[in-house]
Amino acid sequence: MELQTLTYIVVGFTFALYIGIAIWARAGSTKEFYVAGGGVHPIANGMATGADWMSAASFISMAGLIGFSYQGYGGSVFLLGWTGGYVLLAMCLAPYLRKFGKFTVPEFIGDRYYSNTAKVVAVICLILASVTYVIGQMKGIGVAFSRFLETSYEFGLTAGMIIVFIYAVLGGMKGITYTQIAQYVVLIFAYTIPAIFISLSLTGNPIPQLGLGSTLLSDGTYVLDKLNQVVTELGFAEYTTSTRGSTLNMFVYTMSLMIGTAGLPHVIIRFFTVPSVKDARRSAGWSLVFIAILYTTAPAVAGMARLNLMSTIEPTPGNYLAYDERPQWFKNWETTGLLKFEDKNGDGKIQYSADKATNEMVKIDNDILVLANPEIAKLPNWVIALVAAGGLAAALSTAAGLLLAISSAISHDLLKGIIRPDISEKSELNASRVAMAFTVLLAGYLGFNPPDFAAGTVALAFGLAASSLFPALMLGIFYKRMNTSGAVAGMLSGIGITLFYVFQHKGIMFVQSTSFLGDMSPNWFLGIEPNAFGAVGALINFIVAIVVCKLTPEPPKKVQDLVDYIRAPHGEGSAISH
Amino acid sequence: MKDRANAYWKANVSLIVKLLVVWFTVPFLGGIVFVDILNQINLGGYPLGFWVAQQGSIYMFVVIIFYYAKKMSDLDDEFARGGN
Repeated sequence: MELQTLTYIVVGFTFALYIGIAIWARAGSTKEFYVAGGGVHPIANGMATGADWMSAASFISMAGLIGFSYQGYGGSVFLLGWTGGYVLLAMCLAPYLRKFGKFTVPEFIGDRYYSNTAKVVAVICLILASVTYVIGQMKGIGVAFSRFLETSYEFGLTAGMIIVFIYAVLGGMKGITYTQIAQYVVLIFAYTIPAIFISLSLTGNPIPQLGLGSTLLSDGTYVLDKLNQVVTELGFAEYTTSTRGSTLNMFVYTMSLMIGTAGLPHVIIRFFTVPSVKDARRSAGWSLVFIAILYTTAPAVAGMARLNLMSTIEPTPGNYLAYDERPQWFKNWETTGLLKFEDKNGDGKIQYSADKATNEMVKIDNDILVLANPEIAKLPNWVIALVAAGGLAAALSTAAGLLLAISSAISHDLLKGIIRPDISEKSELNASRVAMAFTVLLAGYLGFNPPDFAAGTVALAFGLAASSLFPALMLGIFYKRMNTSGAVAGMLSGIGITLFYVFQHKGIMFVQSTSFLGDMSPNWFLGIEPNAFGAVGALINFIVAIVVCKLTPEPPKKVQDLVDYIRAPHGEGSAISH
Repeated sequence: MKDRANAYWKANVSLIVKLLVVWFTVPFLGGIVFVDILNQINLGGYPLGFWVAQQGSIYMFVVIIFYYAKKMSDLDDEFARGGN
C-alpha cells in the first residue's frame, strides 16, 4: 500500500482510539469512577506522566540533536537532564505537594506564601515557561505534518495548529489520564520498533541499548568506533568525546534541564492524581521507568541513524552518492524544505563534510532525523506510518498537558482565585477555553519563526521553570522560615535574569531581529549558552530569596503549621483528577 | 507528637541528602567532569564515561527513586505505628 494512505489509516486509527477512550473515561466518571480517595494507580499514572512528559522534543527532535548538532557525546545533556529531574521530583517536591492536595502549582505558592502577589508572579512564570514549551511542540508538529502531508513546513504547522486546537479546546481537558496512557503505548512502540529493526540489521542484536555497544555485522568493528572513524574522516568532531561547548556549559546545561523538569507545572500536577503520598513517590519512579525506555533507546537511534545517513551519502570512502540517484526519502524531505542540497562544485554528486565551503548538504534540519530514520534504513511502510502516529501522540499529549496547566492558571488561579471569586463554574470553563485558544494561536505564530530546533526551544522553557518555580517550591517545603518577600524577590530576579540573558541573545519573545547581542558564543557569560542559563538563574533565585527572607519578618504561625502539615506523611486528602 | 514529627522529618532529610550525593556524583562527576578518565576503560563497545552519560546514569536514577520510595514507605509506617 502507498505510504501516504497507510499513514492516514494508522494516524486515523490512533486518533479514533484516543477519542474513544476519552468518551469512555467520561462516562466512567459519572459512575463515580474517581471515587474519593480512589485516584489513579501509580503505574498507570506513571505511564500517563511519561506521555505527558515525552513531547515532540523527546520523540522527534532529541535523537537528531544528539546525532548531529550536539555531535554525539554532547547530546548527553538532554539524556541526563530530562531524566535526572525525576529524582528531585520524587524526593523534594511530589510527595509534599500531593499532601498539600490542591489543584494547581500557583495555588500552593499562593497559600504557602500567604499572598496574592506571590500567586500572580507564579502564574506569570508558569505562563512564560509553558508557552515557550508549546512553541517547541508546534515546531515538532509542523515538521511531522509537513512530511506526511508532503507540503511545506508552514502548511504543516497550520494543519497541526488546527488539530491541536480541536483536540484540546473542543475535546475538553479533565480526565485525560487514560488517553495519555494510550498515547504512551503508541509512542513507545513507534519509537522502539524501528530502533530494534535498525539495531538488528546493523549489529544482529535486537536490543538497541546493547546494539550501540556491539560490533557491526558488516566489518566486525564496534559501532561507536566506526562512527568515530566515519565522522572524523569528513572533518566532524569525534562522536564519543565531543562536548557541547565547554565542560562547564555541559554541567550547567544538564543541571538546568534537571531542575527545570522538577519545576514544570504540567509535570507536577500529574502527582496530584494518585491516591496517597506513598503513591506519589512510587509513581515518580514508574514515570521514570517508562521514560527511560525511550531515553536509553535514543542514543542508539542517534548513533545508528547518523551512521546510516553517512553511509547512504558516502557508500565507500571518497565515493559520494550521485544526486540523480538519491533515494526516495531524500526527495520527500526536500519537498518540505527541511533538507537541502546545493551542487557547489557542479559534479552532480553529494559531498558532505564539516567544511562549510565545500559541504553540499546545506541543510539537514535535525528534527527530521527520527521521522526519516525508518526510511533511510529501508524499513517497511507500516513502520514509517507508525512513527508518524507516535510523533503526533507525543506532541499532542504534551500540548494537551501544557494547555491544561496554562488555562487552569489563568481561569482558576487568576480569574476565580483573585479577580472574580464569585464566577460560576461554567464561566470558569469558558474562560479556560478562551485562554487555550489564545495560547495555541500565539504559540503557532511564534512557531513560524522558532528560536531553535524543537528540543532547543523546549530547553529554554526548562530554563525559565528552573529559575523561577523550582526554588520557590523547594524553599516553601524545606525552609520553614521562607516568607513572601523572599519568595517573590527570588522568583522575579531568577526569571528576570534568565529572560534577559535569553532575550539578549535570541531576541525579545524569540523574534530574532530584536536580539541586541546576537546569538554568538563570544558574548556568552563564561561560555554558557542561553539554553543552559536556567541553572544560573535558579542559583540567583535561591540566594536572593534567602537574603531577602533573612531581612524581613518570619511567616505567620498558620503558615508554619501548613509546612508541618505537608511534611507529615499521613492524612492526605483525596486525589484530584487531571 | 511534635518530637516524633521532627525525628521523622530529620530522617527524611538525611536520606534525601545521601541520595542526592549519589544523584550528583554519577552523572555530573562520572559523566561530565571526569568523563575523559572513565573513557579510558571500555564496556564492550562503549567507552565507560560515554556509557555513564548516555545509559548508566539513567538506570541509576530509576534505582534511586525506588530505593527512596521503599525506605520512606517503611519510615511512614513506623511513624504511623508510633515507634521511632
